[in-house]
Amino acid sequence: MANEITLHGRPVIPGSASGEGLVSNAPISFWGGYDQNTSEIIDRRHPLSGQFAAGKVLAVPFSKGSSTTTAVMLEAIRAGNAPAAILTTGTDHFFALASIVADEMYAKPIPIIALNPEDFSKLESGQKIDIKQDGTILLSRLSKSR
Amino acid sequence: MTLTLTKEDKAKLDGSRGPAVHMAMSIIVRMAEVYQAERLMDITAAHIDSTLYMGDATLEFAERLANLSAQVIVPTSLNVSGVDEHNWQEWPVPPDWAHKAQRQMTAYRSMGTVPTWTCAPYQTELRPEFGQQIAWGESNAIAFANSVIGARTERYPDLLDICAAITGRVPAAGLHLAENRAGQIIIRLVDVPTCVQEDDSFYPVLGNLMGELAGDRIPVIDGLQVQPNEDQLKSLCAAGASSGAIALFHFVGITPEAPTLEAALQGQPAEEIHAVNMHELRDSRRELTTSAGDKLDMVVLGSPHFSLAEFKQLGNLLAGQHRHSDVQILITSSRAMTALADKAGWIAPLRKFGAKLTVDTCILTTPMLPKTIKILMTNSAKYAYYSPGLLDTQVVFGTLEDCVRSAVAGHVVRDESLWAD
Repeated sequence: MANEITLHGRPVIPGSASGEGLVSNAPISFWGGYDQNTSEIIDRRHPLSGQFAAGKVLAVPFSKGSSTTTAVMLEAIRAGNAPAAILTTGTDHFFALASIVADEMYAKPIPIIALNPEDFSKLESGQKIDIKQDGTILLSRLSKSR
Repeated sequence: MTLTLTKEDKAKLDGSRGPAVHMAMSIIVRMAEVYQAERLMDITAAHIDSTLYMGDATLEFAERLANLSAQVIVPTSLNVSGVDEHNWQEWPVPPDWAHKAQRQMTAYRSMGTVPTWTCAPYQTELRPEFGQQIAWGESNAIAFANSVIGARTERYPDLLDICAAITGRVPAAGLHLAENRAGQIIIRLVDVPTCVQEDDSFYPVLGNLMGELAGDRIPVIDGLQVQPNEDQLKSLCAAGASSGAIALFHFVGITPEAPTLEAALQGQPAEEIHAVNMHELRDSRRELTTSAGDKLDMVVLGSPHFSLAEFKQLGNLLAGQHRHSDVQILITSSRAMTALADKAGWIAPLRKFGAKLTVDTCILTTPMLPKTIKILMTNSAKYAYYSPGLLDTQVVFGTLEDCVRSAVAGHVVRDESLWAD
């Protein structure tokens, strides 16, 4: 496919996943910011407010706010309403912990990949994002019309 | 970097210390790898935010540990729960929610913890000391412990805090280590009048701005000319840990690791210097209000949980008055603080005023508010930040005085004199 970009992230929690990008430069708290029952971004101050993240590759620089972000993310994973993967700049310990506990409790970790800020800036909402086990990330246009 | 475990760490990990310790240590060790830590270290106290009931997953996690006979091995306080254990029926809390939240309370209580049920554990007898290595959850409490007290905790999330309490071990990383506690961004107050700096509402407003400016960096606030009290610093912590990822800030001349600007920065240059003037503070204050009109359904106070000093301040403000019949007023605090306030005579005037009290939890962590409550007013930046998303309400931010005046008037009344252009 034309216009394909390859990035190399650091797998904080390794795994492979694929989905439409949902990208923002604004950090997010899942508690008060992510509806575990619908996957809607409900932080009304966040640029992604009103978007649904289930099955998508969520890219935010880091988690902010509440310690309960991990609990909300675990509930979302259990309920099938979590993103397919999360990309961040730097290592986000909250997203990593939720994925580890989801693995321990339900054998359902989701990949968490850290990118350097320059690579992170190449991500765009609506791209198709493929994540490989080793942290390689392929960006391409979604084949469906948008 | 590879992680080296002690003999005892290995015994905890391999199941020799029982299945609960094995489960907790497995999570701690995996997180140590995420942190790229070289070793684990001891903690001597913990505060557990995992007590919040969010649904089946948090309950299953708590009950799995409890059923494996998990016990904490350090003094451990508990954060708010998902329900006011004994008074939830005064509100439209769904019984199924209440029963499951109570099961989660039972699970964490069974682990040898101290059932403080509060998001202000630094205002209990389990308040940590300067330099103490602790594992605390609850964003406002983490910021307070690190910044105001100078205890040392990493920014711990739910589900990890309890693993630290059960094993007594955490990755030797992050804010546990002195070298990671240096300030990174200077926020310098410029031309902010002393009368503004003395006002209670300055601190949540500054905190909200600080969180936005600093993000996940450690801010150093310079240029304060007054001595803030503990509840003012508490409101700053809650605000900055909502709008940003603030786990530690330094207040030059105020907080214990910042006797000077140089000390706060540990002699390193700051990454950024940002001047804050009244213009930016006004914008920050404006952001905390989402409602345009003067309509009001409920005044809500106590995030973080109300302190004895705050009960006293409120009792004095509303004495001899009564709320307007159209406006409810609710205060959230801990059982212990409410009992102390009652003994001191500060609860009777609140009841006379027509105020209600909720303990163990808050409006954000239990589904207690009737659907008719659409517009809230509060002096808490944390309530203001999260209510629109979590409760689908609008919110008005004001001072404690504004809140009382509005509850009496039946509509929003705010004194704008400090904030006028």
